[in-house]
Amino acid sequence: MLKLSNVSAGYGSFQALFDTSLEVNAGETVAVIGPNGAGKTTLLRVISRLIDASAGEMTMEARSLNTVPSHEVIAYGIAHVPENRRLFPRLSVEDNLRMGAYVPSARANFAERLERVYALFPRMKERRKQLAGTLSGGEQQMCAIGRALMSGPKLLLLDEPSAGLAPVVVQAIFEVVRKMSAEGYTVLIVEQNVQQVLKVADRAYLLETGRIKLSGRADELRENDAIKKSYLGL
Amino acid sequence: MKWAALVVLALAPLAGMGNYPLHLLIMCLLWGFVYTSWAIMGRLGMVSLGHGAFLGIGAYVVVLLWNHAGISPWLGTPIALVLTAVVAFVIGYPCFRFKIVGHYFALVTLALTEVARLVIVALRDQTGGSLGATPNTALADSAWSLGALQFSSKLIWFYIILVAWLAGLWIWGRVDRSMTRLALEAISQEEDAAASVGMNVTRLKLGVTLLSALMTCFGGVLYAQYQLYVNPETVSGIGISLQIVFGAIVGGMFVRLGPTVGAAITLLLAEVLRLAIGHDVHGLDTTIYGLMLVLFIIFMPKGILGAILEALEKRRAAKTAAATA
Repeated sequence: MLKLSNVSAGYGSFQALFDTSLEVNAGETVAVIGPNGAGKTTLLRVISRLIDASAGEMTMEARSLNTVPSHEVIAYGIAHVPENRRLFPRLSVEDNLRMGAYVPSARANFAERLERVYALFPRMKERRKQLAGTLSGGEQQMCAIGRALMSGPKLLLLDEPSAGLAPVVVQAIFEVVRKMSAEGYTVLIVEQNVQQVLKVADRAYLLETGRIKLSGRADELRENDAIKKSYLGL
Repeated sequence: MKWAALVVLALAPLAGMGNYPLHLLIMCLLWGFVYTSWAIMGRLGMVSLGHGAFLGIGAYVVVLLWNHAGISPWLGTPIALVLTAVVAFVIGYPCFRFKIVGHYFALVTLALTEVARLVIVALRDQTGGSLGATPNTALADSAWSLGALQFSSKLIWFYIILVAWLAGLWIWGRVDRSMTRLALEAISQEEDAAASVGMNVTRLKLGVTLLSALMTCFGGVLYAQYQLYVNPETVSGIGISLQIVFGAIVGGMFVRLGPTVGAAITLLLAEVLRLAIGHDVHGLDTTIYGLMLVLFIIFMPKGILGAILEALEKRRAAKTAAATA
């Protein structure tokens, strides 16, 4: 479904991604793991065209993404849940979700999708009139995921959904990811919480200092010695 | 209630209002219209300090075309509007495309308004420079000329400007209820996230900027034709641009009638200052605007009308809570 071949990117003269190749197939949950500053967020920002790739090819369902403007990426079926949620803090929860269905094709299905999001996150329904900026961290993450689902995406990009959340909330968020992959969503998730993410992912890539160092089935990577030592603390 | 107030306002001048109060009322509505035009984009996070440029284009283009080419304001107005659209696009597009927001956007637009003033002053052979310009009169042997858009009767101007002001409030309402308003609020809060949900940030911002600029330009046309005198200081430059921002913020730029309340306040303030100290202390009014602007932004960011409405809302909520308890 999504394919990156030898993609490089950076900010000004600083290069954050080197020759990255990666593939996500329909129905899969793929994780990108790695330490802080490895280029995980950059990777997702390149895919949703918030920054330009300086080299390489990106395709979504065989259509090139390379020169698509950022506001049209959603028309390719890609929805991005950015790092630190990036909700619209002074809009209500429901208006945030409404904005998730901003594009005309999504607007027609607004009511039906809203019900689906509320079914997935009953808490969002309770808080629908509340300003998004006043939600707790976990609720904000749910709202951000809900907003992305409102466009009816084929592929969901999740950037560190567990960052800054209490352990019990982290559990809940990963439960949501598991539920979504069970429902057939295709998910590309970037995480530092390697232990948890390898439990929900089918496959994973290890990104270090901007380069893919390892890739494979998630259960295999959990048994990999290098990963065990550096990321699982075993 | 709303309609009754409007009827009272519309009939007030017929009840034998003196010329000076009528003039103040007209100016209040005219500036109310201009401030409303500014606030349509200002409240969505785009604080322009350059609206004097659009006001100046409206005022000067129409007067100069009439004086030098004999072109009627009826044709001059669309020409001024087209020119305004071009200037707004040339300034807006690069700003929005390259994400120049907040203070930087304010600075770019601040430069624009000064450029407009300097151009008017520099072209003194055509514009009369800093002395200003007067449209050639068409009122030599009649009280009014529709073709020249000149009327000696203040009453006619009152109704023209009342209609413009109402149209401005109507446009505000339309924008307020639209998906575009929500989208622009979202953009002002998280621009990247807004793009990711499919908002064409550049186009949305440009659209509301054009709307605001065109309305302001039209306000400039009305100002010039009503006053029959234009001056670079009163229709462009930093002073007037700052006054627009000041008025809209002090009145309350998040509520529909806020900018009009702001216009009434700036007008009264200017009149009081004029009567109290005259014209001796140059720049005093601008200094006071600046000071008050800072105080309002810190202590009353929703403006006077915004704060009053909020207090009323709270009291009503408390009352219903007490009634149900």
